[in-house]
Amino acid sequence: MDLNFILKIAIGLLVIITFFQVIRLIELSSRLAENKDQVTDKSNFYNGLLLLLSGFGLLAFFFWQRAEWGHLTLQAPASEHGVLIDQLWHTTMGLIIVVFLVLQPVLFGFSYFYRGRKNRKAYFISHNNKLEIFWTAIPTVVLSGLIVYGLIVWGNVTDVNNAKDGMYMEVYAKQFGWTVRYAGEDNKLGDGHVRFYAPTNPLGVVTENMYKLQSAELDSKISIDKEKLLVEKNIAKKKSISERIERNIAKQKMYKAYYNSISEEERLAGEDDIVVSELYLPVNQKVAMKFRSQDVIHSAYMPHFRAQMNCVPGLSTQFVFTPTMTTKEYQEYLGNPDFDYVLLCNKICGNAHYNMKMKIVVVTQEEYDIWIKEQAETRMIKNI
Amino acid sequence: MGHHHKENFFSKYIFSTDHKMISKQFLITGMFMGVVAMVLSALFRMQLANPGSKNPILEFLLGSNYVTEAGAMTPDAYLALVTIHGTIMVFFVLTGGLSGTFANLLIPLQLGARDMASGFLNMLSYWFFFLSSAIMIASFFVTGGPASSGWTIYPPLSAMELAIDGSGLGMDLWLISMTLFIVSSLLGGLNYIVTILNLRTKGMSMTRMPLTMWAIFVTAILGVLSFPVLLSAALLLVFDRTMGTSFYLSDIMLAENGIMQVLAHDGGSPVLFQHLFWFLGHPEVYIVLLPALGITSEIIATNSRKPIFGYRAMVGSIFAIGFLSFIVWGHHMFITGMNPFLGSVFVFTTLLIAIPSAIKVFNYIATLWRGNLQFTPAMLFSIALVSTFITGGLTGLILGDSALDINVHDTYFVVAHFHIVMGLSAIFGMLAGVYHWFPRMYGRLMNLKLGYVHFWGTFICAYGTFFPMHFLGMAGLPRRYYDNSAYPMFEELISINEVVSFFAIAGALIQVIFFFNFFYSMYRGTKSPQNPWRSNTLEWTAPVEHIHGNWPGEIPTVHRWAYDYSKPGKKEDFVPQNVPLSKGEEEH
Repeated sequence: MDLNFILKIAIGLLVIITFFQVIRLIELSSRLAENKDQVTDKSNFYNGLLLLLSGFGLLAFFFWQRAEWGHLTLQAPASEHGVLIDQLWHTTMGLIIVVFLVLQPVLFGFSYFYRGRKNRKAYFISHNNKLEIFWTAIPTVVLSGLIVYGLIVWGNVTDVNNAKDGMYMEVYAKQFGWTVRYAGEDNKLGDGHVRFYAPTNPLGVVTENMYKLQSAELDSKISIDKEKLLVEKNIAKKKSISERIERNIAKQKMYKAYYNSISEEERLAGEDDIVVSELYLPVNQKVAMKFRSQDVIHSAYMPHFRAQMNCVPGLSTQFVFTPTMTTKEYQEYLGNPDFDYVLLCNKICGNAHYNMKMKIVVVTQEEYDIWIKEQAETRMIKNI
Repeated sequence: MGHHHKENFFSKYIFSTDHKMISKQFLITGMFMGVVAMVLSALFRMQLANPGSKNPILEFLLGSNYVTEAGAMTPDAYLALVTIHGTIMVFFVLTGGLSGTFANLLIPLQLGARDMASGFLNMLSYWFFFLSSAIMIASFFVTGGPASSGWTIYPPLSAMELAIDGSGLGMDLWLISMTLFIVSSLLGGLNYIVTILNLRTKGMSMTRMPLTMWAIFVTAILGVLSFPVLLSAALLLVFDRTMGTSFYLSDIMLAENGIMQVLAHDGGSPVLFQHLFWFLGHPEVYIVLLPALGITSEIIATNSRKPIFGYRAMVGSIFAIGFLSFIVWGHHMFITGMNPFLGSVFVFTTLLIAIPSAIKVFNYIATLWRGNLQFTPAMLFSIALVSTFITGGLTGLILGDSALDINVHDTYFVVAHFHIVMGLSAIFGMLAGVYHWFPRMYGRLMNLKLGYVHFWGTFICAYGTFFPMHFLGMAGLPRRYYDNSAYPMFEELISINEVVSFFAIAGALIQVIFFFNFFYSMYRGTKSPQNPWRSNTLEWTAPVEHIHGNWPGEIPTVHRWAYDYSKPGKKEDFVPQNVPLSKGEEEH
């Protein structure tokens, strides 16, 4: 044990001892006072005053934070519906700030003005029906307004008809990353299922090709196992191999049943899907974004577009929005040439949750068309 | 039961069936769990203010499994800490600790009963609570660490060890601990309800009960109705984890040793779990909050030397909040892909809760108006509760509005909201209760000056910790991020995080004053007079020495409500409930 360590311990102990001595001092000094541990006019005055000051302090702290950190919060929305949401946000925020700025001073002000004094007597009043009806009615009316306004916006944002003229695409989540699938020229996403996963088909898109590949792979697995079974002598190993064969046959049956449940049309829809690892969006084009997850719940959060939807295994979810500013335009708006839109995971999903993100690039329609054409050549399902 | 039994150490302190002793057991256990949860939060606040820095305290407390080779906190450790912090605070401190302490202490004393309806069930309730606390803490020391999928333990993350280390043995222990906790809570809750309905003393009609009793009554009903749903959710999760059922699981593929494996589970829905969880989870918020509101109603009235304003409206709003709390759970799930129309219904019911909450706030403020306020530490904490209840309640209008929730869901805005409205308010209510009823528990007063220092430090640090989090949320920062340095857009937020962490750690340290004061005053505090706060309620008529059966002779009869403070025509500014009405006096 080196000297340094001992010194640290000694200092630590000293600090603790000093702390307790100070506490004890306060405690002993208050015992000398006349009214032991009972409030006095003096303590009422000081605490009342402190409450009044802390009321002002709270408001000052509030304004200081707005001045200091306000610019760090999200700036103007980059989507069509985001404007509606922000209007609702500012209305609601304005309202609650007003209530905050009225009620807190009243609370702390009353605390000071009605602080206890020896010769005062409180005013006996148990209730006042008129007053109570009045202050029940006010929040009721205000909240009714807020509810109606909020629901109108919510209805606008989530209307299922929104998707009608949208460009379909899928954002696919897994621990810990995102994959994107574009619907191709038919604007229809083919069916996808984890059972059809292959290293070349990470999203398990179900097409004739993919099904054939899958079943061919299983076939070969089964036939290899069957050959192994013939030469294997060890009984235990034999048993495990034949079990594996049975499992794979069952798997094959399940895949077949699932494949047959998918309509011809849907199988074809998957053929021209394009699977990429970047998210490009054309500006001013409505996007009908579908979400799936292959393992746990994730949440696709795109704060600049005021868009968020959970990705739930076994369930396909959807969010429709229209980006209104290209990445470049937003960079100019912020005056920050390094800015990028981002999609981040916002549902605890495992140890690298904090690092599960993807860049979103919003470009003009022309740029998008060129980009998607490039991608289609190598990343289209039927070309794989 | 009025006579003394000869008691040995075990029957007096350990397996006691006396409600006063059980209440102390709950308080001390709850305080211990509170310290644990607070230390956990201080540890992860260190990481957030100083990402990736060495954390020798963590290594010292929990061992080298929780730190990287360089000595910094691992991401898994971070998630474990936030998960257990939330679990302990919500269930063990603010449900078990808060309700267990004050329901047990106050129900028989304020209603004039010899003890709870069943002393034996009451004892079992505590020991189940103790066992579940011990198991929850033990889960820190098993392979893979404790549950780390957030205190809401959403499957599939909580269902599969492949998804996260904490979903192994740690998760099993979490589920076992929670099952025991629910048993404890149900035994306690049933006991509270039965006692309140059946064992009130002569003259103590329901409408003469102090508001603490109403709050505890509704809380117990909420608990009895909602905790079984959490139990069923947990049991189905156990089945999914161990027996291969698929209640919550479907279409899942995970890498095992680098090879992708499609799991056999099929046809379940993770969203089902969320419905079941929040069917408890939302009433739970009010299980935490209502007792605190009841406690402060009592303390504010007593120390304002005034009747609580609008007693009937206060009772009505407790019931309204209790009822509404059962039909708002969907507001935790707006963006799960739930039908948007269903979301609309939950927006409607959620925002309605603001009405009874507003009534309560107005009534508190009206009670202060023209009062003669006595600033005991209990009173200060009660006023602080009203303040945080306002601040935190207001942001509920944003989060309850589904369209706005889209962009702040699961961000620090939510963390700020619920810590202020439910965490701080409930903790303030609990501390207020401890300061106020300490003389009733130990026959001594807590030191006043230390109480003041503790209050002011706590109050300032509380706002300093949680108010800035709104700004983190409005910057779009998700909660439960171990580190946000990978995002250029969050780069400058470190300045906010430093402020938050400073106040959080300072606030935790200040609690040392409270613990010193608590234990010191227990033995060396000033002897308390019979009725130190000049209060009207019955508990102050019972002798300071703790005896079985509470009152040596007959139980006092009640003649009036609990709020005859500063009644005109009376010499004193309080008239205890057991004083008969004088000639021609109206009840109120």
